[in-house]
Amino acid sequence: MSRPGYALSPWPWRSAGYLLTGALTGAVLLVGLVVSAVAGGVLALALVGLPLLLGTALAGLPVARLERARLRLVDGDPAPDPHLPPAAPGLRAWLITRLRERATWRELGHAVLFAALLWPVDALALTAGLLLPAAVTATPLLMATVGDGREAKVLKLWTVTSWPAAAAAAVLGVALLAVGAYLLGVAAGARAGLTRLLIAPREAGLHAVVTELTRSRVRLVDAFEAERRRIERDLHDGAQQRLVALTMTLGLARLDAPPGPLADQLARAHDEAGRALEELRELIHGIHPQVLADYGLAAAVADAADRSAVPVDVDLDLTGRLPGSVEAAAYFVVCEALANVARHSGASRARVGGGHRDGRLLLEIGDDGRGGARAGAGSGLTGLADRVSVLDGRLTLSSPVGGPTLLRVEIPCAPCLPCETAEHCA
Amino acid sequence: MRDGRALRVALAEDSVLLREGLTGLLQRCGHEVVAAVGDAEALVAEVRERDPDIVVTDVRMPLGFQDEGLHAAVRLRAERPALPVLVLSQYVQHRYASDLLDSGDGTGIGYLLKDRVGRIEEFVTALSEVADGGTVVDPEVVRQLLRRRRDPLERLSPREREVLALMAEGRSNGAIARALVVSEAAVGKHVGGILAKLDLPPADGTHRRVLAVLAFLRA
Repeated sequence: MSRPGYALSPWPWRSAGYLLTGALTGAVLLVGLVVSAVAGGVLALALVGLPLLLGTALAGLPVARLERARLRLVDGDPAPDPHLPPAAPGLRAWLITRLRERATWRELGHAVLFAALLWPVDALALTAGLLLPAAVTATPLLMATVGDGREAKVLKLWTVTSWPAAAAAAVLGVALLAVGAYLLGVAAGARAGLTRLLIAPREAGLHAVVTELTRSRVRLVDAFEAERRRIERDLHDGAQQRLVALTMTLGLARLDAPPGPLADQLARAHDEAGRALEELRELIHGIHPQVLADYGLAAAVADAADRSAVPVDVDLDLTGRLPGSVEAAAYFVVCEALANVARHSGASRARVGGGHRDGRLLLEIGDDGRGGARAGAGSGLTGLADRVSVLDGRLTLSSPVGGPTLLRVEIPCAPCLPCETAEHCA
Repeated sequence: MRDGRALRVALAEDSVLLREGLTGLLQRCGHEVVAAVGDAEALVAEVRERDPDIVVTDVRMPLGFQDEGLHAAVRLRAERPALPVLVLSQYVQHRYASDLLDSGDGTGIGYLLKDRVGRIEEFVTALSEVADGGTVVDPEVVRQLLRRRRDPLERLSPREREVLALMAEGRSNGAIARALVVSEAAVGKHVGGILAKLDLPPADGTHRRVLAVLAFLRA
């Protein structure tokens, strides 16, 4: 507005449009609200009015939506919708979500304020900023038409009877129009600011950004997990099958080969292929163990314990399956912890305990080793802590020098669901 | 090479390469492959129709690429409890072996690592063993389980545990005696000790070995 040429830009007209639509909407809204509230209140005695009252209570929603759209007339920044998507499809879930949201009630407040107070202000600003100057400017036109060239009333306040006076009024009107352009701008700006404060607060936008960031982090982890599975499948269906076929062929060739240097070389090749297959199997298992996908965390942890060089006692209280990302994160934490126990702790025994309690997966991996472990020192735990934190979880390590070491992982997640197929958790 | 009778084998393996290879191998060893299919559904249908002597199946197969083969085997065993099944797995996991051993009456079961196919003689021996109602569990599973040392196996002496592990691999007393370089009578004594310590009453004759292996696997 402080720029030169503002009065000639489209902005005064956009402001006028904003105020005009505001005044019209507000008037309609006032009638609608009063009628539905009164009708609902009266009919509530016979219960049929209750849905009507509920509808009135939710009237803020469409009004706020319209207002956010109207804001675009005078405000370049998009106004974000502060509402959350309902938890489930269907009218009931939608109603519950909306009725619990603070934004819904703030929007109802805005609708009432709009109907009672704001739209007359809109109309007043529009009249003072546009209609009155326009009427003054139109004086010569009035004199030529209604006044038959002899007289015209300016704003019904005073009368002009000569063409020079009419021309002077017109000049005054143009000057007033220029002033009015600023008035419209100020009024529309203040009005838009107030509206935004009530129905599209800036912190809601910030909150949305944070939510979106968190979601994208979760998506990234999910994509990473999907990629792991893809690599595992490719190796399994491709390289591993070929190697098995190769060892089979070499095994058959060994049976046919007469004793001698050829048989010896075949035997070496056969053993070599067997070792390659073994390494590949370990590699595939490390990428994404199939037992985790098939049987879930408890079985996969038992499997990891079986493979551990240090004897491990497992005491996990899990009856069903958890979300895939939670299972994967928890499994890799256990594997890394057990690998650390075997590598650094000097422990003679380790244990993995925990379960699903109060909406959280709790895991504790302890050992009777010498302690002194640190999360940072290249232990791989830092990466795992990051991964757990993406799921809103926490990883804590207690490892005084002299031991014992205890690693705790907490990840909030939905309760264990009973397995979908009975044979999976027999 | 041709130890035992010629068997009618139903084979399920989704990799064409491996399926062809296995078919060739089995035929070379004098067995007849009556069905060679690429997914679990086809396996179930073929087995119902052709009534083979033994089923050899991969664990992971289309469409879900999870444990379809295993489930098909369990399903088939529910229909025909004595149907011998040899499962080939990408890697050892006693969870899969336990599921399989729980099916039917626990006899005629094999659970082997796919790598084992390359050791032709071992594989063919295991196949005959399973077809004759034996129980063969991959030495890798056995090795992992031995690390755990938990009840009820804690009561067993180290020697008895060794014997039990070899039993789980499907070996006879004679074979165990050769492996441990002891007399067959000594093995018999150990087996008796194992059965007593695992509370397997002497009344139930033939299945006690299998029950001992099951106890071992579930420990």
